[in-house]
Amino acid sequence: MRGKAVVTGLGVAAPNGLGVEEYWRATLGGRTGIGRITRFDPTNYPARLAGEIEGFVAEDHLPGRLLPQTDRMTRIALVGADWAFADAGIAPGDLPEFDMGVITASSSGGFEFGQNELRALWSKGGQYVSAYQSFAWFYAVNSGQISIRNGMRGPSGVVVSDQAGGLDALAQARRQIRKGTSLVMTGAIDASLCPWGWVAQLAGGRLSTSDDPEHAYLPFDARARGHVPGEGGALLVLEDGEHAERRGARVHGEFAGYGSTFDPRPGSGRPPGLRKAIELALADAGLEPDGIDVVFADAAAVPELDRVEAEALAGVFGPRGVPVTAPKTMTGRLYSGAAPLDLAAAFLALRDQVIPPTVHTDPDASYDLDLVGPEPRPAALGTALVLARGHGGFNSAAVVRTATG
Amino acid sequence: MPATTFTAEDLRRILREGAGADDGVDLDGDILDAEFEALGYESLALLETGGRIEREFDITLDDDTLTDARTPRALIEAVNARLSASAA
Repeated sequence: MRGKAVVTGLGVAAPNGLGVEEYWRATLGGRTGIGRITRFDPTNYPARLAGEIEGFVAEDHLPGRLLPQTDRMTRIALVGADWAFADAGIAPGDLPEFDMGVITASSSGGFEFGQNELRALWSKGGQYVSAYQSFAWFYAVNSGQISIRNGMRGPSGVVVSDQAGGLDALAQARRQIRKGTSLVMTGAIDASLCPWGWVAQLAGGRLSTSDDPEHAYLPFDARARGHVPGEGGALLVLEDGEHAERRGARVHGEFAGYGSTFDPRPGSGRPPGLRKAIELALADAGLEPDGIDVVFADAAAVPELDRVEAEALAGVFGPRGVPVTAPKTMTGRLYSGAAPLDLAAAFLALRDQVIPPTVHTDPDASYDLDLVGPEPRPAALGTALVLARGHGGFNSAAVVRTATG
Repeated sequence: MPATTFTAEDLRRILREGAGADDGVDLDGDILDAEFEALGYESLALLETGGRIEREFDITLDDDTLTDARTPRALIEAVNARLSASAA
């Protein structure tokens, strides 16, 4: 496994399941985590559904010193990192501290923490704003807190490119592994289901205003009307292949290919960049299109964007040329957390030789997609392609495959 | 005698509210002469603690007060000195 970056640990926190196996059971069972918002009263907002994580009690997992200084997304990320380490069969103390990095993605930062402090500022005054607001809202805070908690002082940072960031973080982690770092904690957790975060998301104009959890988020369906947001994502231990081999690690698979592009400016007449990102990722993995066994779609559920994705897939793989799935129909779109969760699902799909379902969607025939339906589909799987697009023109694609010696 | 006194109990409560408590530290134990750092409180925790003392007791602490007071006892004394000064 020389020169390869392999995933040896998964930590999952999703609206339809906390922890890898609970998420996977729920996903294969078609169980949705989408429902009416409970975190605040959504009655007077135009969009009222979200994928909320249930049953996460930070106090059960984290020391008291961390609670006053962390947003919900950071608490979930810290626990997700703990789970990923445990799954990797490694403790952070096992490695030299400068040989481990943390590279996560973020799309919005710690909104709920920031909302509370802004409220304190305008209702009581500056003296009432927490000193921890200085970093608790910040995009890089999940990386920073994971680094501090686990003593990981190697190459670290954050990438911010909306939903595409979830793959861009893995790519950046792989660069650092190629430069000699043995292990990088990577992936992303986003969580901004609070009134301030909600109005920011509403401003993007892509939220579904349906009140029916079964009809709100319908990518590739003629009834597509925007997406339902969710919270959560996944942390992954990305490790140098030789390092993993030396310690006899169980390997989920290889992060084998990556490509990213940026869309041309509107009106330029040039084509969207997604297809090129797919082609770059395939070339990076050394694969032809027929070497991809399943695609985890970005699944915007905005008709124009669904069209772009379907055309990119048909262009590369041919009409109905590859099975396509969107298990995020059960979680909502998790922004930077979405693609790391899809990567985790892809590795589990490779393990169990089954493609997770896409629920509720009745695909429009004109998209020419072989969209996996509401039941899991058994299949011989050795590779998967994961797609993620970020607001404003980010396109990223990643190829994962079963680890081979 | 100042009208208000800042007690060790006040400090314990404010530390818990503003910065939390380290699981390995018994704040209710004999902490008065332990260094804040050994109790798990870094400079930002003390900044938050100072801010909460200021607004609750309606005083202003000099920037140096928080950096110079390395133990709970020293901070309690400094706060009470400030309270006496404002009461005078």
